[in-house]
Amino acid sequence: MSLNNDTIQQTLTQKFGEVLTDWQEPYGMLTFTAPKEMNLKVLQFLYDEPTLNFRFLTDLQAVHYPDKKGQELAVVYHLHNLVDNVRIRFKVFTDIIKPDVFSATALYQSANFMERETYDFFGVNFTGHPNLIRILNVDEMDYFPMRKEFPLEDQTRVDKDDEMFGR
Amino acid sequence: MSRPVQYNTKLKMVEAPEAMMGDGFMATSFEKVVGLARKNSIWPLPFATSCCGIEFMATMASHYDLSRFGSERVGFSPRQCDLLMVMGTISKKMGPVLRQVYLQMAEPRWVLSVGACACSGGIFDTYSVLQGIDQIIPVDVYVPGCPPRPEAILDGFLKIQELVGQESLRRRNGDKYKELLASYGIQ
Repeated sequence: MSLNNDTIQQTLTQKFGEVLTDWQEPYGMLTFTAPKEMNLKVLQFLYDEPTLNFRFLTDLQAVHYPDKKGQELAVVYHLHNLVDNVRIRFKVFTDIIKPDVFSATALYQSANFMERETYDFFGVNFTGHPNLIRILNVDEMDYFPMRKEFPLEDQTRVDKDDEMFGR
Repeated sequence: MSRPVQYNTKLKMVEAPEAMMGDGFMATSFEKVVGLARKNSIWPLPFATSCCGIEFMATMASHYDLSRFGSERVGFSPRQCDLLMVMGTISKKMGPVLRQVYLQMAEPRWVLSVGACACSGGIFDTYSVLQGIDQIIPVDVYVPGCPPRPEAILDGFLKIQELVGQESLRRRNGDKYKELLASYGIQ
């Protein structure tokens, strides 16, 4: 029997019960949310369970929702079952004041750089990451540029201030 | 038998500098001779990071032929080159690299900033892009355009030649030049 979204949802609900919420299938891709303390348990289960077998971390990133108080930052994992060619998306939400999320580096080596990038742009503090420093931006940067409160434009420039540049 | 077609009949020579001349002698200032030699044998160092670099490749190639102006050899070692040609977007992370390349060049050195991105950051008005290389190194000539056509790059190069030819031999030792470098935190 090939793996489909219903069986994945059933298996996960059997194991974790009602803590997994917000089940959706946008464009056929199963998406759900877990409490942030559970993220490693869910990932480990998805990895170990022989029927699920999600052993490839395709992508890891964050989204900033400034209006969701207490849940401003979403960390999103994209997982791929290479045997059955099934993908799922898995989110955890965290507070922006103390954005601590457990690092997935012990489970997936590929999480290393992706978590560094997520830290670089959103400031998510991945606890347990071996080397959580900036990866793409300059080391001197003192803010997290993809958070919505920061304007896209470089604020150091003073001569681009006419109406042509919209400053 | 003479050939039916005469090739290279319109050879253009560089004009001799103003001089006192008589039978068997010519006297002129050292500055003019050095300027003449320098401006017609500039070694450019291309620092091409994006699309302006492609225009530069066209400028170098046979159709536009930068070597007509004495720059036959493009050097890829900053220590041997006179002219740093910065072409393309310089991100903030690339900034220290560009600065290092500039520092490695021996005096006298010139900088040509080609394209909107190198001059001002261009369309990349964003947190990750340097808003003009003149924030980290002094620039002699700016070539606007996105990207500039090879003619524009050649025009910029001719402007550099003008500067090189007219530069006083004492300029690089002067206080004003040292002040300029100091304003960029160099030396």
